[in-house]
Amino acid sequence: MTEQGEAAPAGDAAPERHAPTVSELFWGFLSAGVSGFGGVLPFARRMIVEKRRWLTAEEFTDLWSLCQFLPGPNIVNMSIALGLRYRGLPGALAGALGLLGAPFFIMVGVGALYMRFGSVPQVKSVLAGISAVAAGLVLAMAIKMANTPRVRSWMALFAVLAFTAIAIARLPLATVLAVLAPMSIVAAWLRMRSALARTTGDGR
Amino acid sequence: MSPMSPTSEWHTLYQLGVDFLGFSMLAIGGAISTLAEMHRTVVDQHGWMTAGEFAELVALSQAAPGPNILVVTLIGYRVAGLAGAFVATTAMCLPTSIITFAVAGVWQRFRDAPLRIAIEAGLAPMTVGLMLASSYLLVRAADQSIAAYVATAVTALVMLFTRINPLWLIGAGAVAGLAGLI
Repeated sequence: MTEQGEAAPAGDAAPERHAPTVSELFWGFLSAGVSGFGGVLPFARRMIVEKRRWLTAEEFTDLWSLCQFLPGPNIVNMSIALGLRYRGLPGALAGALGLLGAPFFIMVGVGALYMRFGSVPQVKSVLAGISAVAAGLVLAMAIKMANTPRVRSWMALFAVLAFTAIAIARLPLATVLAVLAPMSIVAAWLRMRSALARTTGDGR
Repeated sequence: MSPMSPTSEWHTLYQLGVDFLGFSMLAIGGAISTLAEMHRTVVDQHGWMTAGEFAELVALSQAAPGPNILVVTLIGYRVAGLAGAFVATTAMCLPTSIITFAVAGVWQRFRDAPLRIAIEAGLAPMTVGLMLASSYLLVRAADQSIAAYVATAVTALVMLFTRINPLWLIGAGAVAGLAGLI
C-alpha cells in the first residue's frame, strides 16, 4: 500500500538483471536489515532494485504486493519469496536469516538495557520523548496508506468500521476481520464490476 | 521480574508462541497493523505490562535498526527474557514464511485474476483501519502531556510532507524528552 514502486524511471533501457547467489542474498538482506531505521522497505527497495539489480522496479512492486497480501511480516515474506525465486530453499533461508539475524540480537541488547535502566528518571524522560515521536511515525504511516485511490472512496467506510471495532469497541482482531473482510471484499468486487461496465459501455 | 516457577515459565512461553502465531496470521498489509491487537492481548488480557511500557517498547523498536516487526522480539524479551524473544520472533515469522515459500511461485500466476484484485482492494481499507487503531492506542499511551501531543502531531506532519530520515525526529524527541519538554 506504500506504492513506492511507481516512481520507476520509464526507460528501463538496461535491464541487466543480476541473479544473486546464496551468499549475496544473505549479505544483501543483512545490509538492508541493519540500515533500516523506522522501516526497512525503502532500504530494501534501493538495495534490490537500484544497487544490486536483482529485480526491475516493476517486478519489485509485483512481488511486494504479493508479500503484502500473504499473512505475516511483509519484508520477511519478501526475503523468502526473492530467495526462493533465485536459489530455492537455501536462498529463502539465506534471505530471511540475513534480514532478521543481526537485528534480533540488537533488539535483545536493547531489551536488556531497557529492563536494566528503563526506570531511571532521565531514561524515562528520553523514552517519553521518543514514544511521542514514534506514535507520530505510525500515525503518518496510517495516513499515507489511507491516501491511495482505492481507499479514498466509499470503501473508506470499511476503514472507519475496522477502526471503531478495534480502537473503540476493543473487539478481537480475528472477529473483526471475519465479519468485515468478506463484506469489504464483496464491496470491492462490485465496485470493480461497475467500473468495468462503465468503461466497456453498453455494448453487450 | 518476579521469580517464576518452571511450569509457569513454560506456560508463559507457550502463551507467547500461540499469541504471536495468531498475530502473524492476521497480519494483512503489514505487521504493524496488528499493534492494536498485540496491545489488547499483552496489556489488557494478560497484564504482562502497562500501556505506557508497551508504547516505550514500540518506540525503542523504531529507534533501533531492523525491520519494524522486531517489536515482537522486544515484547517477548520483556515478558520472558531471551527465550521469550526467540519464541515471539519465531512464532511471528516462521509459519507465515513457510506459507510464503509454499505459495509464492503459484500465486504469481494469478497476478491479474479479478478475484485476487478484489481481495487486495477489499483488504486495503481493513489495513488502514487497523493502522489507525494502532496509532490511536499508541498516542493515548504515549502522550501524557500537551507537549507530547504536539510532538506526535509535528512528527506526523513532517513525515507526510518531507522526506527526512525519521531517525532525526527520534533524536529530537529524545533530546526534548531529556530536557523535560515532553
